[in-house]
Amino acid sequence: MSQNPKHVLDHFNLFREPEYVEMFENKKKNFENPHPQDKVTEIIEWTKTEEYRDLNFKREALTVNPAKACQPLGAVFVALGFEETMPFVHGSQGCVAYYRSHLSRHFKEPTSCVSSSMTEDAAVFGGLNNMIDGLANTYAMYKPKMIAVSTTCMAEVIGDDLNAFIKNAKEKGSVPQEYDVPFAHTPAFVGSHITGYDNALKGIMEHFWAGRERHENETINIVMGFDGYSVGNIREVKRILQEMGISALILSDTSDVFDTPTDGTFRMYMGGTKLEDMKKALDSKATVSFQEFNTPKSLEYAASLGQKTMSFQYPIGIRGTDRWLLALSELTGKPIPDSLRLERGRLVDAVADSTSHIHGKKFALYGDPDQMLGLTEFLMELGAEPVHVLATNGGKEWEEKMNALFASSPYGAGCHAWPGRDLWHMRSLLFTEPVDFLIGNTYGKYLERDTGTPLIRIGFPIFDRHHHHRYPTVGYQGAMNVLVKLLDKIFDEMDKNTNVPSKTDYSYDIIR
Amino acid sequence: MSSNIEEAKKIIAEVLSVYPEKTKKKREKHLNVFEEGKSDCGVKSNIKTVPGVMTIRGCAYAGSKGVVWGPIKDMIHISHGPVGCGQYSWAARRNYYIGTTGVDSFVTMQFTSDFQEKDIVFGGDKKLEKIMDEIQELFPLNKGITVQSECPIGLIGDDIEAVSKKKSKEYGGKTIVPVRCEGFRGVSQSLGHHIANDTIRDWVFDKATGKEIETTPYDVAIIGDYNIGGDAWSSRILLEEMGLRVVAQWSGDGSIEELINTPKVKLNVLHCYRSMNYISRHMEEKYGIPWVEYNFFGPSKIAESLRKIAGFFDDRIKENAEKVIAKYEALTKATIEKFRPRLEGKTVMLFVGGLRPRHVIGAYEDLGMNVIGTGYEFGHNDDYQRTTHYVKDGTIIYDDVTGYEFEKFVEALKPDLVASGIKEKYVFQKMGYPFRQMHSWDYSGPYHGYDGFAIFARDMDMAINNPVWQMAKAPF
Repeated sequence: MSQNPKHVLDHFNLFREPEYVEMFENKKKNFENPHPQDKVTEIIEWTKTEEYRDLNFKREALTVNPAKACQPLGAVFVALGFEETMPFVHGSQGCVAYYRSHLSRHFKEPTSCVSSSMTEDAAVFGGLNNMIDGLANTYAMYKPKMIAVSTTCMAEVIGDDLNAFIKNAKEKGSVPQEYDVPFAHTPAFVGSHITGYDNALKGIMEHFWAGRERHENETINIVMGFDGYSVGNIREVKRILQEMGISALILSDTSDVFDTPTDGTFRMYMGGTKLEDMKKALDSKATVSFQEFNTPKSLEYAASLGQKTMSFQYPIGIRGTDRWLLALSELTGKPIPDSLRLERGRLVDAVADSTSHIHGKKFALYGDPDQMLGLTEFLMELGAEPVHVLATNGGKEWEEKMNALFASSPYGAGCHAWPGRDLWHMRSLLFTEPVDFLIGNTYGKYLERDTGTPLIRIGFPIFDRHHHHRYPTVGYQGAMNVLVKLLDKIFDEMDKNTNVPSKTDYSYDIIR
Repeated sequence: MSSNIEEAKKIIAEVLSVYPEKTKKKREKHLNVFEEGKSDCGVKSNIKTVPGVMTIRGCAYAGSKGVVWGPIKDMIHISHGPVGCGQYSWAARRNYYIGTTGVDSFVTMQFTSDFQEKDIVFGGDKKLEKIMDEIQELFPLNKGITVQSECPIGLIGDDIEAVSKKKSKEYGGKTIVPVRCEGFRGVSQSLGHHIANDTIRDWVFDKATGKEIETTPYDVAIIGDYNIGGDAWSSRILLEEMGLRVVAQWSGDGSIEELINTPKVKLNVLHCYRSMNYISRHMEEKYGIPWVEYNFFGPSKIAESLRKIAGFFDDRIKENAEKVIAKYEALTKATIEKFRPRLEGKTVMLFVGGLRPRHVIGAYEDLGMNVIGTGYEFGHNDDYQRTTHYVKDGTIIYDDVTGYEFEKFVEALKPDLVASGIKEKYVFQKMGYPFRQMHSWDYSGPYHGYDGFAIFARDMDMAINNPVWQMAKAPF
């Protein structure tokens, strides 16, 4: 017995004690009928080979460890960025439990969202009654200013018609006639979470904008897209816009709802785009998206009403931020202030100070399409080589854009974009065409374990590190944060690889 | 009626007043106050959730893939349908296991058929066949496959049973299990447990064969322990120390071989009654194996359980049970001496699933704490009956609690600790309440067994007596 209340052993150390180690061995030997160890070793080694890589890339039907989620997650996320808005997902209730858990595990914040809890009878008769009762209950209990409806795949497969259902519910008095209930169909079997973000945002735009006359003003609408760093990034973007003196509206501002204080009060709602502002946003002269592949339908809709539209690929790094600022400046006629010029200079300064440690390092990265474009460009600015860039939810168009980006820099030579692939493909790549570092979300730690490639956590979700979502990744300041993240890992690895006394520690340098 | 019962009833009435009439009628059946001497908790349960109320419940898929099947480590569990369900449940439950992931073990991986629109329109059976072929090729050491159905499967009329049979035959009788755990079935995770239990009966017990093992008179199986943070391990060690031979773990750190061999045991010891009573009853009926419920939270219940289990065996085992209890007495005493003074008289409100809304009460009481409210996400009437043996007079009971209700109950009763899940954690922490997740052990554990109790005690102390809660209110 090793347990000791003076120094409690939990799962980290308890199971390494001899009595447990022996127990595990006996369990395996006597009851699991395991494969012989040499067979297991043989397969471990085989999965590292070119042969396995080729078989793995021949997969047509099976997906293993994908880097994407489903539409309603994005719909819930975008809805949470509006003033006192309750996301309402029509369909099976388990889905909502999953979205709430998923977002809460990342942001370490409550995630409020309701379900219409459809079951077998609703599968047969449709979910109209669930909508009628559900809206009435949500309205009475949580007193939201708006209920934003999206769908799970169940409701989509049986073909529930949200428009008709919501009308019907209003007629039945579930919520007042004039009450805001925007909606979007968000089938999980089309696209990914970024598609759901787009569909739901478009639904909210249509709800507030359709059929109204537009009186153009000088305001710019900013759409951020699905972003695990929304708390830090939205605040950073607001700061930049303020520095430039631009009148702007963020359409879906999740920066406060995912960053509420612990002070004795639970705020189900906090911050968010004001509904009045969302109405006014119709009159804005332009809608600018931070993430092109994340928002095509919303931009198309804005353009159809006469707004100018523009989209970027997650403006991170030096030139990405330059382009974004120049475009905003051109759009608004506001000059880029010296304060931002200074910030830019400080970023370039930091890059110049550190570039020799990053130069020529090979990276593999995965995540959402726009974020991959932004990060890839920044890595090349740092003289690093983004050898494998993978987006499970990227398509042909993304691949072309990636290839053009690779072609724009000598550091892109020999680099490859992998649309539609998953992290099991990435595992093969890391064995057959290894790199120095991997960039990705928390699930990348399995790749780090299996392939030994050090993981730098940038992406969504990040479950196993805390609070990084509070720091921006976009703009010059964001690039600075990303640079420091990269450098910290690079230096840590250097130290780890040079710390054997009398063998390697001559390079265990104090100054770097 | 005592005044605290009246007080609690008043709180319930106030909370109910927010609801529209129809919903109020439904919800009031799920809320009550336990009165000493009654044979149940006076609440209805296992009923459809009212739409729009923010239930904490999940779905049948979560009950099957997430709970029962997912931890079986040497099989590959396909999340069959769109990508989300598998993604959100990927490695989220902390079912610890030992094995080489991706080679001979697969628990913390996400295998999905990633349904696209064309699969919905034309059906996914062909794709499923191909998926199984690709699994066979790329993961040759897998010992079986399960098909965990997501909502669309049952709606589009796919025949996953036919695919499974066909492929099983093609691969020389490989265990391939189609599971009809579509998320819209039933009212919660609970039906998923039942469906998953039934598929083990039909597709493992009735079809699969393993390597012959010798049996002994002391063979038992641990049923309904998912090895969260290593719970099944810190339980198994006690049973082995008692002289019993644990042939199988269901399903934490479990293997298909262990499932196959379970009908040869002499006794099934059942921890999570809710999720695995079905298979236990089946084994009793078909193979004549008795089963016994036990509780390995906290020294009082552990000792009681060890004796209860030993009661099924000879004197040697009974004596061994006493020896095991004696062996850990010093640890238990030292743990209680250290932590009880820091926790004495503190109150707890629980809301969890499975067995925990009642099973952990004893562990809190061993530390001098009182549970003043509890409820089940997906309990049935038999759970609430069992709960009467644990709760005290005046305990407030809430079945399938809504976000609104839980917040209001906590506000009214002001417990020293709220113990529930990830969706609740941050709500109550914002309100300034110490909180522990009681599904994942808040990334700690194990909590089962004597080794686990020391960790449980440490964690509750760490939560309740944490300096952060003194700082929640600004001094200005």
